[in-house]
Amino acid sequence: MSAPPTAAPPAAKAGAAPAKQKKSGAKRRSAISRRGELLTGYTFMTPWIIGSLVFTVGPMLWSLYLSFTDYHLILGGDFIGFDNYTAMFADPMFARAVKVTLLYVVLAVPLKLAASLAVAMLLTQKRRGIGFYRAAFYMPSLIAMSVGMALVWKALFAADGPQDQFMSLFGWEGGGFIGNPDVSILMLVLLSVWTFGAPMVIFMAGLLQVPDELHEAAEVDGAGKWHRFVHITIPMLSPVIFFNVLMETVHAFQMFGPAFIIGGTAGGPAWSTLFYTVRIYALAFVDLRMGYASAWAWMLVLAVGVVTLIMFRAAKNLVYYAGEDNK
Amino acid sequence: MTAATAPRTITRKPRTPAERGKSLLWHLCLLAALVVVLYPAFWVVTASIKPNADIITDMSPIPTTITWENFASAFDGLAGVPLWRFFWNSFVIAALSVVGIVVSCSITAYALGRLEFPGRKAMFAVVIATLLLPGQVMLIPQYLIFSELDVVNTIFPLVIGKFLALDAFFVFMYVQFLRGIPRELDQAATIDGAGHFRIFFSIMLPLLRPAIVTSSIFTFIGSWNDFMGPLIYLHEIEKFPLPRLLQSYNNTEAVSNYGGMMAMTLLSLVPVVLFFLVFQKFLIKGIATSGVKG
Repeated sequence: MSAPPTAAPPAAKAGAAPAKQKKSGAKRRSAISRRGELLTGYTFMTPWIIGSLVFTVGPMLWSLYLSFTDYHLILGGDFIGFDNYTAMFADPMFARAVKVTLLYVVLAVPLKLAASLAVAMLLTQKRRGIGFYRAAFYMPSLIAMSVGMALVWKALFAADGPQDQFMSLFGWEGGGFIGNPDVSILMLVLLSVWTFGAPMVIFMAGLLQVPDELHEAAEVDGAGKWHRFVHITIPMLSPVIFFNVLMETVHAFQMFGPAFIIGGTAGGPAWSTLFYTVRIYALAFVDLRMGYASAWAWMLVLAVGVVTLIMFRAAKNLVYYAGEDNK
Repeated sequence: MTAATAPRTITRKPRTPAERGKSLLWHLCLLAALVVVLYPAFWVVTASIKPNADIITDMSPIPTTITWENFASAFDGLAGVPLWRFFWNSFVIAALSVVGIVVSCSITAYALGRLEFPGRKAMFAVVIATLLLPGQVMLIPQYLIFSELDVVNTIFPLVIGKFLALDAFFVFMYVQFLRGIPRELDQAATIDGAGHFRIFFSIMLPLLRPAIVTSSIFTFIGSWNDFMGPLIYLHEIEKFPLPRLLQSYNNTEAVSNYGGMMAMTLLSLVPVVLFFLVFQKFLIKGIATSGVKG
C-alpha cells in the first residue's frame, strides 16, 4: 500500500468556495449548455463509473456476501450466517492482530505527527538553508515503505546490528529488536516516524498561513512562547492537524508491506508484528479461506469507519475554521 | 500590517550576538536531527560496498574494507534472470500507471470540478469516501474477478484501476486544482463557440500541468514501491518488479549473499531518490498547496 504522501484540504473549506462561484455562473448558463454538460459530464465520468461499479462497489458487496460464507478458493463454500464473525472473536489470532495494530496506531501516529509539527515549526522561521533541510527531511517519506527499506530495517535492528550495538553502550541487554517480541513492534513504529517529512510539509504550509499579526499582537499583550503556541498556533492550525491525524490514522490501520517483510505472514517473533492486514493476506492467499478473510476485512472497514466518524464528531468542537462561523 | 511588520525587518539587518547565537542553535538542532534521519540512508549506501561479514556487525557507515563484488552479484539478478529485467518490469508498470492516472483523473476531475449535472455531488461524495476506505475489503473479490478474466500473472490487474480513475486521491487533487481556475475562462471560451471537449483540451489541460507533474511523480514512485499488488498477482519470476525480486532474494539468497541484497536494495532506491532530487521543488510545492489551499 504505497499511498503517496497525504494531501488534501479541510473538507469544510472545500465545499464553501465553489458554492459562491456557482451562483454567478448558473445565471448566465443557458438550458442548451446545461444539456451539453449532462452529456459531457456522463461521457467524461464513464471510466470512473464503470471502474467503481466493477472494482469498488461490486467487490464491496461481494465481499460482504463472502463474509457470510465459508468460501475456500479451491473447495468452494456455503452460506453460514454469522459464523465467521463469531469464530473471529474466539480466534486467538484476531486478538493478537487487533492488539498489534492498535498498539502501532496509538504509538506511530502521535509520535510521527509530534515530530513533524516540531520540525515544521523550526523550518518556518526565516533562516537560511530551509529548502535544503525540508528536502532532506522529506526524502525518507518516499522510500520508507518500500521492500528495500524494510530489508535495510531488518539489518539495522538485527542481533549485533547497529541498533543492538548502539543501545548496548547504554547497558541494553534486549538484543536486536527483530528477535525480541517485547520491542519488535517499535521497528515498525520507528519506520513510520521516519516518514514524518510528509505531514511536515503540510504543517509547514499551514503554519505559513497563520498571520504574523496574531503573534505580534499577543506578544505586545505579554503572551509567552508557550502561550502563543497553545492559543494561536494550535487553533489556527487545527484544520491541518485534523486532516493529518485523520489520514495518518486511516493509513496506519492499513500498514502492510514493511510488516510483511519484517515479520512474515506469521508476524514473528511470537506474533508481535502480526498486523491485521498481514493476517487478512495470510488467511485469503495462503490458507485460501476467502470467506473468513472477508469477514476480517469487513471488521477492518467497520473499525476504520467508527474511528473516522468519532474524529469528524470531535472535529466539530475542536477544529477552528478561520473566517467562518465555527460550527 | 505594514506598521506591524516594519520594525521586525529593521531589527533584522544588524544581527545582534543574541540573534546569531539563536541562529547557530537552530542549525545545530536541525543538523543533529538530520544525522539521525539520514543515518539509515547512508548506512545502506556503504553497506553495499562492505564485505558480507561486515555488513550487519559494522555500525559505522564508513566501511573498513571496500568491495565491488556485491554489485557484480546484484547485476546477476535471481535464478538466471538478470537485474535489468526486473528494472524494466518495474518501469513498464510505473509508466503505464502514470499514463493511466493522468488521462483518467483529468477527465474525471473536469466533470466533477467544472461541470454541473445531476448525480455529480453523489459521485464526488463516493470519491471522497473511497479516499478513506481500506482497500483490503475489495481485495478478495477483485482477485476472483481477475482470475475469472484469466489475467492473473499479468500486469493488467496492477494498472487497470489507474485507467479507470479509481485512485481517489489524485481525482480529488485534480478537482481541487480545477476549482481554482476562474470560471470566466470557460465562459469566454463558450461565447467564442468552444464546446466542452475544446475547453478541456485547449484550456484545462495546459492549466492542469502542475497537478499533472505532481501526480505523475507520485504515481511513478508509488507504483515503483508497490508490493501488495505484485505479491498477489505476479507469480513468475520473469515478470517480477523490483519489490518482488527483493522479497524473493531475501527468502532464498540473503543468508549466503547479504551484500548482494544490499547492493540490489540500493540500486532499487536510486531511481526514486533521483526523481526526488530532480523534481523536489515541484513535489513539495504540490503537496503543500493541495494540502492547505481550500
